[in-house]
Amino acid sequence: MRYSALFLCAFAPAIAFAQAVDRTQVPALDKPPVLKLPTLERAGISNGVTLQLVQQHELPLVQLTLVIAGGTKLDADQPGLASFAARMLTEGAGARDANALQSQLAFLGAQLFASAGTDAFTISLNVPKRALGEALDLLGDVVLRPSFRSADVRRQRDLRLAGILQRRDNPNMLAALAFNQIVFPAGHPYHRASDGDSASTARLDSAAVRAFYEQTFVPERARFVVVGDVTVPEMRALLGRTFGAWTRGTTPRTMAAVTVKPVSNTQVKIYLVDKPNAAQSIIYLGAPGADRLSPDYPALMVMNTILGGSFSSRLNSNLRETKGYTYGISSRFTWAPLAGPFVISSAVRSTVTDSALIEVFREVKALRDLAVDAAELERAKAYVALGVPQRFETNSQVAAQLVDLGAYGLPLASLGDFVSKVNQVTAADVQRVARQYLPAGTATLLIVGDVAKVRAGIEALKLGSISLLDVQQVAR
Amino acid sequence: MRRLILTLAFAGAPALALAQGAPLRVPATVDTLPNGLTLIIHEDHSVPIVTSNVWFHVGSGDEKPGRTGFAHLFEHLMFMGSQNAPYPQFDRLLEAAGANNNGSTTEDRTNYYEDGPTSALPLMMWLEADRMGWLLPTMDIPKVDLQRDVVKNERRQSVENQPYGMVYDYLPKLLYPAGHTYSWSVIGSMADLSAASLEDVKDFFRRYYAPNNATLVVAGDVKPDDVRAFVRKYFSDIPRGPAIERPVPAKFTVRDTAIVLEDRVQLPRLYLNWHTVKGWHADDAALDIAAYVLAGSRTSRLTQALVYNGEIATNVNARQDGKRLDGDFSIIATARPGRGLDTLRTVIDAELARLASEGPTARELEQARNATEAAFLRGIERVAGKADRLNAYYYQTGNPDSFQADLDRYRAVTAADVQRVVKQYLRTNRVMASVVPQGKLDLAAKKVAP
Repeated sequence: MRYSALFLCAFAPAIAFAQAVDRTQVPALDKPPVLKLPTLERAGISNGVTLQLVQQHELPLVQLTLVIAGGTKLDADQPGLASFAARMLTEGAGARDANALQSQLAFLGAQLFASAGTDAFTISLNVPKRALGEALDLLGDVVLRPSFRSADVRRQRDLRLAGILQRRDNPNMLAALAFNQIVFPAGHPYHRASDGDSASTARLDSAAVRAFYEQTFVPERARFVVVGDVTVPEMRALLGRTFGAWTRGTTPRTMAAVTVKPVSNTQVKIYLVDKPNAAQSIIYLGAPGADRLSPDYPALMVMNTILGGSFSSRLNSNLRETKGYTYGISSRFTWAPLAGPFVISSAVRSTVTDSALIEVFREVKALRDLAVDAAELERAKAYVALGVPQRFETNSQVAAQLVDLGAYGLPLASLGDFVSKVNQVTAADVQRVARQYLPAGTATLLIVGDVAKVRAGIEALKLGSISLLDVQQVAR
Repeated sequence: MRRLILTLAFAGAPALALAQGAPLRVPATVDTLPNGLTLIIHEDHSVPIVTSNVWFHVGSGDEKPGRTGFAHLFEHLMFMGSQNAPYPQFDRLLEAAGANNNGSTTEDRTNYYEDGPTSALPLMMWLEADRMGWLLPTMDIPKVDLQRDVVKNERRQSVENQPYGMVYDYLPKLLYPAGHTYSWSVIGSMADLSAASLEDVKDFFRRYYAPNNATLVVAGDVKPDDVRAFVRKYFSDIPRGPAIERPVPAKFTVRDTAIVLEDRVQLPRLYLNWHTVKGWHADDAALDIAAYVLAGSRTSRLTQALVYNGEIATNVNARQDGKRLDGDFSIIATARPGRGLDTLRTVIDAELARLASEGPTARELEQARNATEAAFLRGIERVAGKADRLNAYYYQTGNPDSFQADLDRYRAVTAADVQRVVKQYLRTNRVMASVVPQGKLDLAAKKVAP
């Protein structure tokens, strides 16, 4: 311990000084630090694959993310196939079975994950610089030479089936599943859970996974995002060596145009999922939201911060901090190329389910009907705008920002534009987007709870029609 | 170049690099105010953000029977306003400055933190000082009642309405004797939460929420002298509190116990628990390594035997939980559909017996040590993580920069150590809980002398 004796002495006279402090005054703050964005370099590597790179030489580490456009929207008639194929990449590749692969990664100090989002596959490698070459060999195996052995496919399939069964235990999971099933009708890519259902999962086999893989993991849809202790020439050479022979797909799989529209209610529709003796009701209230490229994006971020996107938001202040109905309530948009859901969600004490709904609808209505006051607006804008630099603390955070922006063809500098647009949002903007996107009389309301206890109270509110959903059907 | 020093850390597993290279350091200064407040400062100028992290050395392990859950309830009250920042100024002012905040309670400590742009530092210091010194003038029974309701909702969310959540109402009281402060959960019981009074709040604040029972870490893109000036300005005239007497639990032995609970779940889950040792005890690191060898990775022994080769479980976890006063070890495994818990127990017992008789292989040990380090290091990748760890080390060892000393504990563990601790702690006197779907008591594990 480095003990500062000098400092200790310095405190003695400070006591007298400290008594003079006027504690009643909130300290004046300096201007916040300006957003400094990292420098991005671009290059092509062979077969049309692009490379985006941010040099970060303080640490001998490299974060490499391979993004392949595609994802669960390519599931077509077999929900869960895309996420399962991604999962199977690290279950054996090249000459290594899954154990040998994981063991070698651990030995190198590397982390390798593969997953499927709605619109892209992501394969993420985090590795010490000195092991980059060897780790890229493993990445090459995983992306170009996955094994998909029948025994491994069957084991992972059975584990996934068990997980699907366990969804029935979890009321939050049930609420999220049911909400998406209703708001995005069958045929819409958001209708199904990303890990599918038990019928589609039971049909998974090695041939299906391999066929899907060959149609989707193709170089013409791939880009590398690299952040860390490397330069573009180094990285181009390494990637050229590993991925130079990656051949273009012969029949790349595409998604049929989405013709199914999200629900458009003319009145509130209520759905109940019964969990007898539940101590709490899970409430999901919402509607289709907006897409990420919507010009309303900055205003929606501010509006949502005010409604339920921060601790001191209106919903949390009311339902948690004033009424004590819940441990927390929040609202959020799911940002994606195709408009995702807007949801207000909470777990409330069963006996106050109806009272909680009254308050939620009251807050929604207030934000639609009345302009927000200046202090509340400025607070929300600052919270959104000043939070941006915190997204750039680690290599993996920087990479995640590049992956996200890249999915929409947005440059890094768009974050600066975002901050200035947030700073320009007015009370009128907030009210306009609240009226447009916050469902008052047209919401979908989903409740997972003890129906025998909560139904009468909900009916008495006369919000709209009530239907019962079957747990086995929601989590099938 | 503080980031460079930390670098080795990030490197994931470079046990070799760490062993050969410079020691892992997170340089920090330690100062103590006349009122007993300890201030720890760490500079990291990589991003213009700052974190403030206060630990009060009080947790559910300081509670009395009849008031379980009180330390955590009190944590909630710390956000309900203080004399110069009345409710709801705390959250509003921080959000307006672009900062986030939260707190958490364990058996041993309660922490409070704010993360935000460097410009928010004076506000963080002013708010933390005001609630450390002047919480009670605005405290009243409606605030206590309100947060009592919120905490009861938190309990419903994490216990009553959580699949398998009920088991944590039972395990502590089977693992620790009546009266031991670890014999109840941090969240406490509904009845005790109902019983908490305004007088309890005042007593608790005066006893435990004094500067001499707190440590403040400020880390990030800051100048230490600026931090010292703000701390001097805002914290100096908070009066010192009384010396604190800590409970000293008597020695005890856990009785071999088996219970069966029915829950609204699809798959049965087995919980095996043993009384072990406290954190930083000579056997603590070896037990951590044992947990990794058993269930820390895909290639670990129980994962292989239960999930991959045996295909009788969906998952398995193992953990040594070394707390301030004592510790315990748990293995948790969920059966696959159609499997009973006694099959899982039999396989786990066989693997424990094998590890006790043969010990881990050299490669298993190396992987466990590397992975333990990597996980530990990833946890301090962000400034907020480093700040909390500096506070933890200061509490546990008296030196906030104990990063290398902690890593050394793991590097020193031998195969013989792992073999010995498995034999010594994990072969007898077990608390076993079977959580089974309602009406499926036949799926429970049978009690046997292991």
